[in-house]
Amino acid sequence: MTDAAPTLSNRSEAGTDSAVAIVVHKDSRLERILSIAIPILMVLLAIGLWQLHIVVNQVPRYIMPAPMDVITALINDWPTLYPSLLVTLRITFLALALALIGGVGIAIILVQSRWIELAVFPFAVILQVTPMIAIAPLLLIYMPDTQSALLTCAFVVAFFPILSNMVAGLKSVDHNLLNLFDLYGANRWQTLIQLKLPSSLPYFAAGLRIGGGLSLIASVVAEFAAGSAGKGAGLAFRLLESGYRLNYPRLYAALVLLMLTGVAIFAMTSLVSWLLLHRWHESALKREN
Amino acid sequence: MREVSKLFSNGTLALKGMSLDVQAGEFISLLGPSGCGKSTALRIIAGLGAPSSGSIDWPSSKINSKGLPEGDVGFVFQEPTLMPWATVFDNVHLPLKLRGQGKSQARAAVMENLASVGLGDFANAYPRELSGGMKMRVSIARALVTRPKLLLMDEPFAALDEITRQKLNDDVLRLWRETGITVIFVTHSVFESAFLSNRIVVMRARPGQVCADLPIETSAVRDEHYRTSEEYRATTDKVSRALQEAIMLGAQGK
Repeated sequence: MTDAAPTLSNRSEAGTDSAVAIVVHKDSRLERILSIAIPILMVLLAIGLWQLHIVVNQVPRYIMPAPMDVITALINDWPTLYPSLLVTLRITFLALALALIGGVGIAIILVQSRWIELAVFPFAVILQVTPMIAIAPLLLIYMPDTQSALLTCAFVVAFFPILSNMVAGLKSVDHNLLNLFDLYGANRWQTLIQLKLPSSLPYFAAGLRIGGGLSLIASVVAEFAAGSAGKGAGLAFRLLESGYRLNYPRLYAALVLLMLTGVAIFAMTSLVSWLLLHRWHESALKREN
Repeated sequence: MREVSKLFSNGTLALKGMSLDVQAGEFISLLGPSGCGKSTALRIIAGLGAPSSGSIDWPSSKINSKGLPEGDVGFVFQEPTLMPWATVFDNVHLPLKLRGQGKSQARAAVMENLASVGLGDFANAYPRELSGGMKMRVSIARALVTRPKLLLMDEPFAALDEITRQKLNDDVLRLWRETGITVIFVTHSVFESAFLSNRIVVMRARPGQVCADLPIETSAVRDEHYRTSEEYRATTDKVSRALQEAIMLGAQGK
């Protein structure tokens, strides 16, 4: 399959009647350029429409700022926004890291025995189904400070998808491979490290992507509920504050920062899952027919 | 290798009082209709699942905790059963790795076995890049890498096309001659069993039992000419009739 590529491109250079081959293979470069250009163009187009809407309908700036206003606010208010961005990033990534460690660790314990699973799973489900915003005020009371309350909220939300994906992954190991490991006298530890963990990587990647997105959402929602203020305030607080002060350019600027953070997390988790899977798993492979 | 008797049940009676003596260096085919428990028998020999009664005796003195002679058994499954995330080299390395042999220590053995199945150049390929027949070759190399005395093969070529299958049959015979290994080969193909083995054990279903035990004596070299020879035709004829009988017995359920 891999050696088909050079022959096809040779043929297209020869300029024969292999028009189909040319289209199929020349488009890989074009496709790569387009796959970057199209999303960028669409975003620029959306910003242009936004600007057009402001100009044509003469929308007052205290209702909706123009794109340029937002960029100005982003630059001028950077000393205020940047510390808040750091706070939000710290909570998000700390929560995600804890959720990864906790989710994978507890999943490994859960699948060791059916009894452990029966005993522990109810708590995981209860934590998941209880709306986080409803327990946030309680956490604020019980936790020593706001930051740890926010962290707990974000952790709880990101934890469950990682846990349930890992449990599914650890349980869906190929039975024949398990037999093979048995046959060669592999102990539990060897089976876990060399068989169960690698074979659940696709599930881990799915959990990571969901958990990554959720940890950012949860850290923002938790801060809305907690209403922290002052030095340790995250971007969510800046959103609220700017709203109260009718400082919409800054509100939009904070929103843009949150959006970019979300996109960055998505890109990072996608990269990690690509690195883990691209050599062998269907989900990361291009279909060749 | 001497196997006394075993009775297996998981709701249904898969094997009933099956007895089989295996001599060292034999190539035995277990032949029978589907559901006659030939795979079950093989798995019990391999120690994957215990018999509900009866026992298996090994002549070897070194017997591990599972009652299996240490490192004496290789198993080839119906599917290639390779780890998709690992390269061909790492897949074949696995049995040695589980015994604590590092990559550099095992390299020679792994490469030698890959070469013996004609895949020396594919050590760094991933299983998805290989064809069905090549995957099966990797699986065979993996089973042989521990230098087992007994090789168990569970319908290994059932999913392959006729041409690939014939080629792999030749390879298995060559490996058998070269290594002097004992092979127990489960199949539902009369032609495959007649071509490969020097003894065919025909099994019947409901309950799974040995129904005929045919020694296949031939002086001829088993190669392309043997496939078209009169002797081979006569053998397949004999085996087919034994199999028909086994199927009849199974259908009557008595």
